[in-house]
Amino acid sequence: MTKVFTRPYSLKDVETHYCGGCGHGIVHRLIADAVDELGIRERVVGIAPVGCAVLAYDYFNFDVCEAAHGRAPAVATGMKRARPDLIIFAYQGDGDLAAIGMAEIIHAANRGENISVFFVNNAVYGMTGGQMAPTTMIGQKTETTPRGRLMEQEGSPIRVSELLAQFDGVKFVERCTITKPKNVNRTKAAITHALRMQIEGKGFGFVEILSPCPTYWGLQPRVAMKMIEERMIEVFPLGQLKDIEEKK
Amino acid sequence: MSRKGLMCGNEAMAEAAITAGCRCYFGYPITPQNEVTAYMSRRMPEVGGQFVQSESEVAAINMVFGAAAIGARAFTSSSSPGISLMQEGISYLAGNELPSVIVNIMRGGPGLGNIGPSQADYFQATRGGGHGDYRTIVLAPASVQELADQMFLAFDLADKYRNPVMVIADGVLGQIVEPVEFSPKETANLPKKDWALTGCSGRAPNKIRSLVLGDNELLEHNRKLQAKYRAMEESEIRYESLETDGADIILVAYGSPSRTCRSLLKKYRQEGYRIGLFRPITLWPFPYKALAEAAHGSRMVLVVEMSAGQLVEDVRLALLNDSIIRLLGKPGGEVIQSHEVQSEIEKIIEEFKIKGR
Repeated sequence: MTKVFTRPYSLKDVETHYCGGCGHGIVHRLIADAVDELGIRERVVGIAPVGCAVLAYDYFNFDVCEAAHGRAPAVATGMKRARPDLIIFAYQGDGDLAAIGMAEIIHAANRGENISVFFVNNAVYGMTGGQMAPTTMIGQKTETTPRGRLMEQEGSPIRVSELLAQFDGVKFVERCTITKPKNVNRTKAAITHALRMQIEGKGFGFVEILSPCPTYWGLQPRVAMKMIEERMIEVFPLGQLKDIEEKK
Repeated sequence: MSRKGLMCGNEAMAEAAITAGCRCYFGYPITPQNEVTAYMSRRMPEVGGQFVQSESEVAAINMVFGAAAIGARAFTSSSSPGISLMQEGISYLAGNELPSVIVNIMRGGPGLGNIGPSQADYFQATRGGGHGDYRTIVLAPASVQELADQMFLAFDLADKYRNPVMVIADGVLGQIVEPVEFSPKETANLPKKDWALTGCSGRAPNKIRSLVLGDNELLEHNRKLQAKYRAMEESEIRYESLETDGADIILVAYGSPSRTCRSLLKKYRQEGYRIGLFRPITLWPFPYKALAEAAHGSRMVLVVEMSAGQLVEDVRLALLNDSIIRLLGKPGGEVIQSHEVQSEIEKIIEEFKIKGR
């Protein structure tokens, strides 16, 4: 009998600490799949953020480092500059990347560092208990926006992919989600593409993944997925924003 | 092959780092150490190294973190306000046990202060600066040559203990031009960096992290770090004790004020006064015992520093006798003039009726 479904070798066979219905587990798996398929497990180094995914070093079966809050792109820069032969990716959430770490991501992107960044956007702080993120949507209730995010007070959600796509140093940007198999496959293709471009020395790749947080959205996992489809995609449109390899 | 030349402290430090095998420098412009970034931007490409002008000191220290995590020798330099911004990163470097070198060419503070030479970051360097129970070895050069030599030492000590090492010098030492010789030294048996993130080829994956959540795990991690710090205290204390045997007056100073003191020492010795100089070279670990021995039997210990009084607290801890300690502290990014030290010495001579020849 042919095995048609196995756990990727790059993902440890351990239970994660993620809540039921959380998107991180899926994204971890997609990265692990891509690493296996590209055959780079022995030369990849991942950087975990501060936030829910901080323990990613316990789940990936390759070298992983933890960075201070928001600093993963700077850490990645140091690694890649010192060892260009290693494949470096940063895994960051929305608070980590778009709030405290905005300077680091913008400048690493603008320098065109040959790294890959996977940005998990669930529009809320998870680890600290559901506070407003820079990507929290207008009207979305969080611990620190109990009446819902107000544009007049908290500004509007930051579209990081659009922000980064404008820089000449950025070579690939795509926003995906993981709400259904088609989208999951698309996300995996984007992750793989970003890593492949790095392997080929083609430069900075960025994949934003809209991901559910049932716990701090106060929704059932299935309803949370629906929320992405019905509301989040409207604010954060899916699709490829930039690809220097795109066929003309 | 050794090379000789005239260089300012900032450039000498940069060249010494390269001679010590450092190929990664990350920095952000700040006066009075801008010669380092300028020098590295020229020199690193020549030796196949990397120079990144970072977007901030926060980013610079984290780039050092990244390079250190994959096992490279990396360093950054800055001046006081920039070093404040690096404190988070230094705490992480210590917590993650990543060898790295950080140079602070100190200027006047607090706040933006001025760009004059200062020693007001002594507390920040020796007491932690960042959060958590950690220590960094702190080296304090007094000349351009010593600044260069200490860069070799700093990289070796960082690798030996898997710990960040700081070199702190007042702005005078960054700017002053002196002869300097670079002679590559054989580094002692340094431990292999088998913990580094180099890709898990032929081994189990490595991880570098400072989040330690398990029961008692962080306690154990801290005990391990503390044991390392005790070993540093055991083996790495460095100081210079000049004519302190039987001295009536002992001057205590580091960095450029120690040079002012040294020239006065000659003058007073010629006049037959028994006066000595104690110069800590490692500010942490501090030579408490050596200073106590040197000061044994002396009438007065005069601490000379370009701050409102920071080194003096370690002198207090060493001597446990405030009645024989006096401070000449000058804050605000101002150089201590020779006549100011001399006038303090004269006061002591008069007050204690100390005899010359």
